Amino acid sequence: MMALAETGFDLVLCAMIATTALLAIGVRDQFGAVVLFVVYSVFLGLGWLRLGALDIALAEVALGAGLTGLLLFGAHARLPASVPVPSGRAVWPAACAAGGSGLALGWAFLTLPEPVGLQEAVAANLGTSGVENPVTAVLLNFRSWDTLIESIVLLAALIGVWSVARDDAWGGQPGLRQHARHGGVLANFGRLLPPIGFMIGVYLFWAGSSKPGGAFQAGTVLAAVALVVFMGGAMRPPLVTARWLRLVCVAGPAVFLAVGLTGAASGVFLGLRPDLAKPLILAIEAVLTFSIAASLALSVIGPPEDPEDHV
Amino acid sequence: MTDPTFYGLCGAVVVGTGIYGFVLHTHILRRLLSFNVIGSGIFLMLGAAGSLGPDTAADPVAQALIITGIVVALSATALGLALLVAYARASGSPRLPEDANDDP
Amino acid sequence: MTLVLATIVGLPFAAAMLAVIFGRYGGPLAAAAVAGVAVATAALIVIVAEGQPVTIDVAGWPAPLGITLEADGLACGFLAMATLVMSGVVAQGRAYFYNTGPERRATWAFWPLALLLWAAINAIFLSRDLFNLYVGLELMTLCAVALVAIEGKAETLAAALRYMLVALIGSLLYLLGVVLLYSAHGVLDIGLIAARVTAPTDILAAALMTAGLAAKMALFPFHAWLPPAHSGAPAPASAMLSALVPKAAFVILMRLWLEAVPDLSAASLLALFGTLGTAAILHGGVMALRQNRLKLVIAYSTVSQIGYLLLVFPLAGGASAAQPGAADAWKGVVFHALSHGLAKAAMFLCAGLWMASVGHDRLEGLRGQARATPITAFAFGLAAIALIGLPPSGGFTAKYLMLTSALASGQLIWAVVLLLGGLLTAAYLYRPLAMIFAKADAAPVAVSRSQQAVPLLLAGTAILLGIASSGPFELFQIGSPWADIEGLE
Repeated sequence: MMALAETGFDLVLCAMIATTALLAIGVRDQFGAVVLFVVYSVFLGLGWLRLGALDIALAEVALGAGLTGLLLFGAHARLPASVPVPSGRAVWPAACAAGGSGLALGWAFLTLPEPVGLQEAVAANLGTSGVENPVTAVLLNFRSWDTLIESIVLLAALIGVWSVARDDAWGGQPGLRQHARHGGVLANFGRLLPPIGFMIGVYLFWAGSSKPGGAFQAGTVLAAVALVVFMGGAMRPPLVTARWLRLVCVAGPAVFLAVGLTGAASGVFLGLRPDLAKPLILAIEAVLTFSIAASLALSVIGPPEDPEDHV
Repeated sequence: MTDPTFYGLCGAVVVGTGIYGFVLHTHILRRLLSFNVIGSGIFLMLGAAGSLGPDTAADPVAQALIITGIVVALSATALGLALLVAYARASGSPRLPEDANDDP
Repeated sequence: MTLVLATIVGLPFAAAMLAVIFGRYGGPLAAAAVAGVAVATAALIVIVAEGQPVTIDVAGWPAPLGITLEADGLACGFLAMATLVMSGVVAQGRAYFYNTGPERRATWAFWPLALLLWAAINAIFLSRDLFNLYVGLELMTLCAVALVAIEGKAETLAAALRYMLVALIGSLLYLLGVVLLYSAHGVLDIGLIAARVTAPTDILAAALMTAGLAAKMALFPFHAWLPPAHSGAPAPASAMLSALVPKAAFVILMRLWLEAVPDLSAASLLALFGTLGTAAILHGGVMALRQNRLKLVIAYSTVSQIGYLLLVFPLAGGASAAQPGAADAWKGVVFHALSHGLAKAAMFLCAGLWMASVGHDRLEGLRGQARATPITAFAFGLAAIALIGLPPSGGFTAKYLMLTSALASGQLIWAVVLLLGGLLTAAYLYRPLAMIFAKADAAPVAVSRSQQAVPLLLAGTAILLGIASSGPFELFQIGSPWADIEGLE
């Protein structure tokens, strides 16, 4: 009976995920599409919970729903108003491409051979990895090379975002000037939320070594805190040329790389000696959390846009 | 016990839906949104396949790959949207020139 | 050895991070990184030339749990080419993106983007892990897109967005293939994939990855984004975009079909690769003939030259269709990729110099540049020799090896394509060459002699690759699927 109820729940959830995805794609209104995308991501986060992947659920809701949603809303607001028009392209070729790929992938998924995941290999080596959360062990130790490059991808995206600034705005503050109404909801949020958000962020970072969480989830929460502070008008973002700001963005990948190269000098690139693995991973994650938070928040705020900000 | 097969098939459907949007739309914001939908569908397939195994815990390597993928997709979205905003400011259109005749 | 490989990927990363913080010192930082990586690459080549590839397990975890980096002969060749191209990019970039006074947008952004692009490409040349290759590809793509957009004009922003949309779909297709392979086999390492038991989903996975990589390397018919993107970027960026970026995707494609899943390559599939390559050679060549701007000629030439790379698949064959000339095809295509990279980077740098002196790159405006900038014109001429494949250039060695391979396996059709492609290349390069070397008085130029000499280094190396081909010939064999087979030379 219980099993039946659970199966029913899964079916309904999958239906909701697929439906919201379709609506986010198909709805005419652009703003509505972004809202539906956020709803879709939240449902997807629930799906990850059902699959027992709490780390992904956190990442999906924070990054997929939260920050991607904010990015899309921000871009929507800055784009010239575009009357929703039906696409000039024919629907049928697109529908055929979609149907064909969906069917092929569905077939592939059902045809996959007996799975041979790496659960056992991870479990066998977790003891010397320095952390108890297997996902963190993979991210910060077993496949740390991926994670190092990934943290640099975030940095590269920020450089790219800044590189499309207006020439005459360079040197100013990132983003458009925010005009939160004094005493308005956002302004109050801007005062109330940061301490709470900060605590959640620190908790997620700390929990990451043993329980779900970690640098990326914690960094996202801290980025959200920073965004609330800047958007609520409680503070103005620092200048793009501020050296300390760039140092914060770079510090995480830099410390990560430095640990990697130190390891290389003693024989193993990115190698973490088992007895030092825990403090090293914690140190990398701590710095990385702040760098991720800064890069994410600045990527969402966007390049400097106000020429009169020039100092 | 959750049956991951539902989620794997749901992922396939979501990927197809995203491809539909990417092919159909000319507005670049909608295409970037579709890109995100396709990406998350792929991750759903990977995650579902990673928890098909006999033991209940999901494959931590698959989970780590997915988290990496989510961060990468977000980075690409951030850059794409920044380019779009700059392009729309310079050209007045949120569509590529070859698609511009779709503008009203 | 670990330190050597770590330097090759780590030093450009470190320099990029410093260049983010110290915006005004991007040029010197990049120069220092090039010098350091050049030393490390030279050391690596000396070690690998002894006969064995260098392999390290990153973080000390062997595959399947960890990620393996391997420097085989092929990786050494591409790493050396990338270092040379970057030295040219840095030398010319310092004239383009030189900061005097307060920091400016483009002069700040160029250096970290260029360094990160290079680091990503080095990482791709060395990685044996299919997902790690995905992360590397994404880093490369984001930097490349931002470099295309760096001028900030509406056309270049459109070119960057068009490129990005194609590249993003390419990434997703590649990722989808990786996901299917990992879900079926639980491994991501190329060597372990090769040792797997074939699953029915593998062919779909390989097809998806191939389509994704084809989009990233602008293979016909996914090439439409390339000419506006490569011709719209500043010359030093164009040099990187055309010489290095498609090669990174190609190296993955080659490792996929010839090292990871050779068992999947059926004769019909290999013929399809050859046909697509032929279509690219012909279409790109004909389009290059019809352009009136030098940078567009060079960009369409890239579309055409990428087609040659695809001929390696029918010439080498897979496990089920192995060809007698496979080892030569492998080495020939590496020669081609390296020679093209060097020659194409040299050409874009020449175009950059002429744009700086003439103010545009319309072909008729280049009349008489050989008199005004003799060193640059000489470099362009050498690059053209390498691109057409005339002796004694590296391009000739490449064509010779690929022709030998085609004849050895009796696949005359690809030999004809090779010869036809060479004629087409000569035809579309004739017009710019004729203009440049025409007897006419050009206005004196404001480009220093040392700047003029930068492309000469690259074009000269492309020629040298043919004159001293025996060393690279031995090197490219090391660690290849045909490491034990004697060449036909």
